[in-house]
Formats: sequence, structure tokens, C-alpha cells
Amino acid sequence: MAEFLIKNGFVFDPVLGIKGDVADVAIKDGKIVETSALRSPKVIDATGKTVMAGGVDIHAHVAGPKVNIGRNFRPEDKLFNCTAGHGIERMQGGFSVPTTIRTGYNYAHMGYTTVMEAAMPPLYARHTHEEMRDTPILDQGAYPVFGNNWFVLEYLKNHEIENTAAYIAWLLRATKGYAVKVVNPGGTEAWGWGLNCENVHDPVPYFDITPAQIIKGLIEANEYLGLPHSMHMHANNLGTPGNYTTTLDSFKLSEGIKPNSKFGRAQVMHHTHVQFHSYGGEGFNFESKAPEIMDYVNTHDNITIDLGCVTLDETTTMTADGPFEHHLTELNHLKWANADVELETGSGVVPFVYSANNKANAIQWCIGLELGLLAKDPMRVFLTTDHPNAGPFIRYPRIMKWLMSQEARDQQFDAFKHKDKVIEATNLAGMDRELSLYEIAQMTRAGPAKALGLSHMYGGLAPGLDGDVAVYDFNPNEPYAPDDIEKAFLNAKHLFKSGVQVISDHEIASNGNKRTLWVNARANENPQVMRDIKEKFLRYYTVTLNNYEVTGHYLRNPHVIEVDATQ
Amino acid sequence: METVTLTIKSQPGLFLEADSITPDAFAGKKAEEIVDLPVYVGREQFRLGDFFEVSGRAGATPAETKIVVNGDLSRVKYIGMKMTAGEIVANSNADMYVGAWMQGGKITVNGNVDAFAGTGMKGGEIAIKGNAGNYLGAAYRGDWRGMAGGKISVGGNAGSDLGTFMNGGEIVVGGDVDVHVATHAEGGKIVIKGNAKSRLGGQMVEGEIYVFGNIDTMMPGFAYRQDVDVDVDGIKGRFALYEGDLGERHRKRKGQAIYARLYQRINA
Amino acid sequence: MTRTVTDVICPFCGTLCDDLEVVVSDDGKDLLEVYNACAIGAEKFLHSQAKDRITRPRMRQEDGSWKEISYDEAVNYTARMLADAKKPLMYGWSSTNCEAQSVGAEIGEAVGAVMDNTATVCHGTSLIAVQDIGIPSCTLGEVKNRADRVLFWGCNPAHAHPRHMSRYSIFPRGFFTGKGHTGRKVIVVDPRPTDTASLADIHLQVEQGHDYELLDALRVAFRGEKLPDFVGGIPKAKIYEVAETLKSGRFAIIFFGMGVTQSIGKNHNIDIAIAVTRDLNEYTKAAIMPMRGHYNVTGSGQVWGWQFGFPFAVDLSRGFARYNPGETTSNDLLRRDEVDAVFVLGSDPGAHFPFSSVKKIYDLPSVVIDPHETPTSEVCKVHVPVAFVGVEIGGCAYRMDNVPIETRKVVDAPEGMMTDEEFLTRVLARVKELKGV
Repeated sequence: MAEFLIKNGFVFDPVLGIKGDVADVAIKDGKIVETSALRSPKVIDATGKTVMAGGVDIHAHVAGPKVNIGRNFRPEDKLFNCTAGHGIERMQGGFSVPTTIRTGYNYAHMGYTTVMEAAMPPLYARHTHEEMRDTPILDQGAYPVFGNNWFVLEYLKNHEIENTAAYIAWLLRATKGYAVKVVNPGGTEAWGWGLNCENVHDPVPYFDITPAQIIKGLIEANEYLGLPHSMHMHANNLGTPGNYTTTLDSFKLSEGIKPNSKFGRAQVMHHTHVQFHSYGGEGFNFESKAPEIMDYVNTHDNITIDLGCVTLDETTTMTADGPFEHHLTELNHLKWANADVELETGSGVVPFVYSANNKANAIQWCIGLELGLLAKDPMRVFLTTDHPNAGPFIRYPRIMKWLMSQEARDQQFDAFKHKDKVIEATNLAGMDRELSLYEIAQMTRAGPAKALGLSHMYGGLAPGLDGDVAVYDFNPNEPYAPDDIEKAFLNAKHLFKSGVQVISDHEIASNGNKRTLWVNARANENPQVMRDIKEKFLRYYTVTLNNYEVTGHYLRNPHVIEVDATQ
Repeated sequence: METVTLTIKSQPGLFLEADSITPDAFAGKKAEEIVDLPVYVGREQFRLGDFFEVSGRAGATPAETKIVVNGDLSRVKYIGMKMTAGEIVANSNADMYVGAWMQGGKITVNGNVDAFAGTGMKGGEIAIKGNAGNYLGAAYRGDWRGMAGGKISVGGNAGSDLGTFMNGGEIVVGGDVDVHVATHAEGGKIVIKGNAKSRLGGQMVEGEIYVFGNIDTMMPGFAYRQDVDVDVDGIKGRFALYEGDLGERHRKRKGQAIYARLYQRINA
Repeated sequence: MTRTVTDVICPFCGTLCDDLEVVVSDDGKDLLEVYNACAIGAEKFLHSQAKDRITRPRMRQEDGSWKEISYDEAVNYTARMLADAKKPLMYGWSSTNCEAQSVGAEIGEAVGAVMDNTATVCHGTSLIAVQDIGIPSCTLGEVKNRADRVLFWGCNPAHAHPRHMSRYSIFPRGFFTGKGHTGRKVIVVDPRPTDTASLADIHLQVEQGHDYELLDALRVAFRGEKLPDFVGGIPKAKIYEVAETLKSGRFAIIFFGMGVTQSIGKNHNIDIAIAVTRDLNEYTKAAIMPMRGHYNVTGSGQVWGWQFGFPFAVDLSRGFARYNPGETTSNDLLRRDEVDAVFVLGSDPGAHFPFSSVKKIYDLPSVVIDPHETPTSEVCKVHVPVAFVGVEIGGCAYRMDNVPIETRKVVDAPEGMMTDEEFLTRVLARVKELKGV
């Protein structure tokens, strides 16, 4: 394989602790190596440019059934933005829900090389894998959802951690999944009857279990197995004024649980898109509770979060939180898709227009950024938009701009129709913190890689890590306007993925060597769980057990992470 | 105002996609530059001059540019698409998408147009002397933001799906219309001087429909309220007022639901 | 000796039953018996064993007779036809696997084709409606485990989806539906007294072409507003009764078929049926689902969805994707002479399209890929027989509720026959050669 020497760039790497010093980065045989290991490298001149590891997205909705509903039911999302392929590039389309091809290319253009699909309905795992297979360049994995799964509800009602763990191990293998995702625990099952669970003690109809029991039990089962990633959480009551108490209640369920993982993570709960979960007040008196949330996060190091920043765009919301999407369509009257999945989960999809003229949307924008600016440890707080829910992922560079520049934030405040009321309900206007590129690298590279249990592959530039390196047209030592940040990070000059140059001089140069990551956890033989699985397939599923498992050929370049949880 | 005259000299083998026939694309250009504008037949790109004789010159801005198109345009799509100002006169039948996503200016078609004329129209005026096809002044697929402004007038008949998701503006049809008028509309005004078939105002939230002739089947969601005197498009008359669609959501003002209104002329 | 293959997926209709058992000869060459399938599904398997099956490509001669050609010649003819055309139509894609659909999409992209599937004459109107209003839906297991109100509108599963009622909708006992059919109220809306209607608690014999009005009347009834005395021939008391029956359920499901998707109003009928379902969710839980026909028409909409962003009628001619049914739909393209070559795979437009469209196919350069001799092969210039997907080759298919299931190979195809995917892969390579990419 080719050798590359990326010379003289300003390097930002939290793994090596390099904070913008000029350094060389060497790639050989797909990995980062010492510069001395190169023989006849192709030299990439990065003088005056910023060099970072490839970006890692811990939470985005980019592949699978609800994403494709979003594509297929929004032709207007593609009107006048479909573009022709050229050279090795295939044709692309879509803004808030781009085609798989555009998804791969646009992430690459931002310098990202790893993107995790945040919610995979197990019964639709094959579909999710088919889409990931057709997403070029990126390494991907998908999180099957567990928080409303009938097996889980029945086991955890009696706190059967070992059985839950055995079932998780089985389902990860059957779906070729990466981590344990929980979405509105119990609430989506309640939505099977048009109901919801609005706080952690609100019991799930019929199943006689509370969200709190589900959350705590899944954290414990996750640690029982010692999976690479922690339990990945979307709490109850998303998007509702006053919901921050539910969020704190959910956080607290992780207290006293220590990580059991050989993969280097320190958290036992990752809570996603916290912006949507940090609301105070009620009804129209909706306000930011980001400080309360971040006080908790900053003082509890067994938690990581991602932001879920609102970007003020027209977008498409999609989540396994079925009751939330129904709530949303009743608010905005736009088209609503819902897909409840037998024994497992549900989902909804609704277009949404976040407007700078809308007070609530402007407050949401503030909250996302407040969370980022209040973070004491950027290694535990990651930049996301819950793509496409709070905004499309191609706005990440715009969020970097807002996080890095008070001037950029002030410009946005000035564009708000209800500026004064927004300032009153939030804390952002008084914040003068401007994040550094090093902190951005923590939030977009090293931090998420560590939380995923993938710091042995991604997130840094230390020798031995994958050869994922981005070079941006950005000189941090020269004066720049806020918009220069967005422009540079939207359009990497070069990108290397597993040692292959996939972007050369801003152009897609290769469709890459994408891999699909999944976790093969081996737990003790558990005849009871296997009996339960057979029974549920015979009685309640509409596919047979033998037709459920995703066979390996759906995965392009599968990369299995083995976990030995036998005891 | 400067005038550019296009005369079709050869018909395309399939259909010609000519979204460059707009004052916006022509403005500031001489005839010899206009002939180089791109047009498409299937996957092949051609020059406008391959199909049209071009004479005259464009004004400096779209507003100062008038385009006259002569010859049989029944295989030419997208005339006047997205235009913002100026004027187009097509002296023939034209194919689909006349004035689609138009924002300003005026298009006159001295003939019939096929489907999708005035799709997603925001402003300006389209005058069709003959008949219009289906989806006149409708929204693009999936979009809840249909015709928002401007005026479309049709001398003859119009097809089905007139004014779907209409939010504003006005459509006047001199003749008859086919099924589905103002479906999902939340505003705007549709005047039908001839007869209508059925499914008028289905799922309609707000807006107005006026029918001078017969309606084959009234939607069950429209309830008769009263007879009223109306002055519409310069004609005064007595109309029966119906409100609906009672099955659809409606916003309220001072506790009263605001319905869409359908007026049908009472024959004297 | 024989052996039995279990958990076999039936490649016939969108019900995509996956519990078939197929007995094959020990050498895997002969298919002997099919269990658990309906009569249509069983016939599909057994038909593959026909002794007079065509196993080699054929080209039409000037005198109308067929001449056998090699797969190489067929590949070359197909690639040339597609590469030479300014705007070819590539139609069908419903009776094949997603793997083949994906290669087909890449060919379409390379030659600037219009890609359309059988939804265009079936549930394409449903897809348009979903784009306008969305769709609250669910998997079929939700129906089995929860539904206590089942409404069939303009569909007749007793004949078109024979095992649907026993596997999913009327008879099964599920987790919350232990009483099976006795715990469910079944409503059928159909102008005809069908076999499905004979199973219903309530049959609304709506006048043909008045579905839209009747659905609107249900919405009016939900809100307690006044109705005219009759709507679509149904007395208002009956409409209020049905509205109340639906609202009083715990979980209502509406299934609809071509009786409403292809009768007057088309997408609007589905649009307002979805509005009825939305309304019901204000009172209880409700879902709605199209009774998709071909076993993998759903899959082609999914594959094109993630590759192009649109589920059918995708015009790639300008190098990027455009979509507008009424313009980019097969019959509109054929009617208006907008395409100059026709490629068909996994469908039989010769049987399903209007005669005027079939005549246009006959007049154009045309290739059909199909295991069978069909009305379409009768009008095409080249017929390429291929292995049966789901019988002689596996691959992914999407059920009517979008659940993807991997079909199974149970027997070998006759010696030397290609699969859809193999043939298309060869055509793609040849197209790239011809285009110099």
C-alpha cells in the first residue's frame, strides 16, 4: 500500500497532546507510523494547513428504514439539488436526508471517516446493512435498539441481568450490531397503544416495568458483557419543556456503576442529543437548563454526551421515539410517517423547519451551543446534530464556527426575530468562551473514538492507529473571519481513510475501502434465553427465526470486534 | 424593453428540455450568445441554436427582456421556468412546466399547455389562451408549499389536480375543470367559470373556490351555509356558500373555526 | 432420496411468506413438492420445473420467429441498445432481488435511463400520497399481536394475497390478540361482494368511484359533524357506525389495494385514507398499509430510495435524478414518445400496460429479461431467460411492510443459465466499455 508523508501542517491531536504545533504525519500500510518507517512516500505539503485525525460521528441517522422513509417521502428535499456524477463519483441527491452516496461523500468532504448509525430496528437490520454497504468511504456500525424490546422488558422486570446480557449478545450477532441503543425506554412500546412513558417512573402498559428499571438494567447488562461502547441513551420525554428533570433522573441511574470494558472507555452511559433534553419551564415559557445539565455531566465522569445542536435549517426529524414524532406532526401539521416494529421498537418521521424567526427554535439553538461551551472536559462532550433531527450533518462546520467564535454567535443573535426574549430564556449571550481547534478535535475525534471503545483504531494520530487523516485549508495562526472556519471544515483539502487518499485537492479521489464494524460478544451458553427466543419467534414474530439473522455478505469488509464475556 | 425572437426550426427526436428560455438566462446577451445556451434531448446536450433561429437581443436585465417564441412548441418543456421578471410570449401550444417555479414577469401562451404549468409558482402572471393540462398551479410532489402568489388564467379548460396545496395567488379557468380542485389548499382563490366534476376542496383547510357552472358531486365535507352576493373576477352574482372540508383540521379565530369556502353560482 | 428445505421464502406476492417447506431431489436439481404455500405460490415453484422451459436467450428475426443466441450476444445487444439510446426506459424490477436492482440502478445511471418499477401501475399512487401526507404504519406482526379492528379497502386478499388473512390480519392469535378472529372486527369496503367481504362483520358496498367521498365522510363523522343522507350510496347511519367501530378499537389497521390506488382519484384516495388513519390516532392507535403486489416491488423502491432518493419513476437522463409521476412514469413516457428504447426485467408490462403502451414497446428497440415466456417477450426484440429468484438463486426482498427477508435458493437453475444479477453485471461492464469509462 501507498506511503504518505503529510508535512509541516499545524497538527491538532488530543491523543498525542499536540496543540497546533507544526509536525509531520506518516501513513503506511493503512496505519499511522513513525516518519522514520517510510521509504518513498508521496509527500503532501500541509504547510499553513490544519491536520487532524479523521472525524468520528458517534450518533447520526444515515442508514436504514426510517432514513429511507425520509428520503422517499420527501421528493421536495431533492428538488434542484441532485447532481450528476463525474469520474469515479456517482450521482447524488438530497439535503436533509441525502442519498447514501452523498452521505459518504459529504462526510468525507468534512474530513470524517467513521460514522455510527444511531438506531437500527433489529427486524430491519438487513436493510440498514444494505444502505451502509452502499455508503462509500466511511467505516460504519449500527446500534440495534433495545429499550422497548419485549425480551428486555420481560427479563428486566425481574432484574435478570444475565439473561438480558445473553439476549443482547445474541441480538448483536443476529443483526451484526455494534452497541446497545435505548430510545424512549418503555415509551415506544406504550406507543403501540398510542400512549407514552413521560418520566422514568411511568410504568410501561401491560409489561409492568418502569423506564428506570430498563435503563439501569441495560447499563448493568452492557457492563456484564463489557462491550466496547456503553449503553447509548435517548431518554424519555424528549423535546418537552421541563424535561431536564427526566434527563437528570436518567443520568442518576448510572451512579455507582463502574465501566467494565477492555476497550478504554470510561463511561457507562452515553446520553445522546442532550440539547433536546435540557428544557426548563413549561409551554411557552420554555427556557434553557443547560447549566443544570452540564453541572451534572461535568461532575460525573462515568457519563458522556453528545450535543444535538439545532442548526436553524429545514430538515427531517426521524427517531425510534414514535410518540414524539406524533406530537411533532400535531404541532406543525406536516406529513407524518410512523413504523412500529413487532416486539422491538417503532419510529416516526416528520419534516421540520427550524426558523430564526421562531422563539422556541432560537432557544433550542442556544441550548445546544451552551452545552458545548459549558463542557469542562471536551473528551466527554461530542459535537452532533442528531442528524438530521436538529439539522443536517453538513452543518457541523457551522457549529464549529459558533463554538469557536463569539462574533459568529452574536451575528446569529442579531438575526433572531425575538432576540431579547431568546436572550432572556437562555445563557448563551453571556458566554465568551471560544473553543480551540484542540478542543474541537477532542469533541469530534478523540472523544467519540474513546467513548465508542475504538481508541485503538480511530480518533488520533499516534502510530498504530488507522491512517485516517484530514488536511484542512485553515491556518490557525493567521487572522480569520468566523465564516472561514465553516468554509475550511466543510471542504477538506485532503483526506486519508485507512491509508487510502479518498480526497485529493478537495476532489473525491477514491470510493475508499469502507468497513462495517460489529461486535461479537460471546457470553455463557444460556438455554433459557435460546428457548425464549424460539418461543417468541414461533408465537409472535411474522418471520421465522431462521430467516432473522443477517448473513455476513450484507456487510462490506466486515470488521468484527470480539468480546469474551464468558464467565 | 428589448425583444428576442425564437423560431423553432427543427423538432427534437424526443422532447426538448429548454429551461434556458427565460428572460433571466437571456438578459445581457446578444443573439449569438443566446444560441449557445444549453438545451437537452434525453441525455444529450445541444445548443438552443440547434433548434431555434434566434434574432434580436435581450435587455440588460430580465425585466427589460421580452422573448417571443414562434413555431410548434408542443415538444418543448420548461419554457419560462423559474423566471423572475420580463415577458415571454409563446405563439403555439407548449409542453409541460410552462412557468414552473416562476417568481415574476409574465408568460402568455397563445395555445394549450400540457401538465405542471405554474408548479410551485411564487409570483408573476401566466395567461394561457387555450386549455391547460393536469396539475395547473399545483405543488411539486411532496411539497406542502404550493402556489404562493401570482395569477394564472386559462381561456379554455383545465385538467385534474388544479391548485393542489395552494397557499396563495389566484387561478381563473374560463371553461371546465376535471376532478380534484384545491386539494390540501390553505389559501388562494380559484375561479371556475364553467363546470366542475367532483372532489372540489377535498382536505382543504382554507382558501376560496368559485364555480359558475355545475358540480357533479359535492364533497360530503362541505356544508351549505347561506346564499350570498359576490363580485368575482368582474362578475356580480348570487352564490350558494358552502364551507369545508369539515373533516379536515382548521385553525380558530376567536373560538370560531375558519373553513375553506366554496361558492357556487345560483342560476337566475 | 430427497431432502426438505425449510424456512423457504415465497417469491410471489408482497406477503412474502417465509415458512414454506420445499422437497428437492438429493442432487438439488429437481423440485418435487411445496408445503405451506398457497396455490399461487406453489405453482410459482413448480412452474420452474417445466420441461419446455426456455433456457437460452433468443432474438426476434425479421419473419417474426425466434433465433437462439448466446448470453454474450444478448449482453452485447442489451448494452448497445442502452448505450445508443438518448433516453431508454428500464422498467420492471419487482420480481427480482435487491442485488439485481442495485446493479440495474448502476446501469441506469451510466446510460441515463428512466428507472421505473411496477408501482407505476399499482401502488405508485400510494407512494405519491405518502409524499403528500406521510403514512402511519407498522409491521405485520403489530397487526397480528395488537389489531382488533381490521379494514380492507379496495383489496381482496382472499384471492390476491391468500395467506395474508391467516398469517397476519384476521385469524392469527398474537400476544394481545389471544382470541384470534373472534377478537377482531373486520370491515370491508368494496363495490363487489368478494370472498374477503364474505368474512367481514361489516361490508360497505360503496358505489364505484366514490371512495374519496366516503373516506371524507368518515373524517366528518369522527368529528361529529353532519353528513348528507347518503355518501357513495352508503346511508349516513352506517357511516357513523363504522366511524364509531374504528374509534372504539384499541388498534385499527387499514389495508388497501388496487381498487382504490388505480380507480378515479388514485393518489387522493390513498391520501385521504391516510388522513383517516391520522385522525384515528387522536382517539386510539391506528395504522395503514398498502397491499403490495409483486414480492419485491417494495425492495426496488427501497434500493432506488437510498441510491437516488425516489421510490419509482426516476429519470436519470440528465445525469442526476428527477422524479415527477405524470411525466417520468412509464405509461406517460410511452404514450408521449419520450423514450427511445425499452428494457424490461422482473415484470410483464405486455400483460399489465394499456395496449397503446405495449404497441410502443413493440415499435422500439427492446429487451426483456424473464424466466418465463410472457406477453412482453412476445413484443420484444430480445428475450433473455434467467434463473428464478427465490427458487434457483437467493437474494434480498422487501415484504409489503418493508421488512427485508433474504430469499433462499432451493434448486439449481438449468445448466448454463444466468441469474438476473449475473446478466446485469455483464451488461454494466459492457456499457462501461462502450462508454469508455
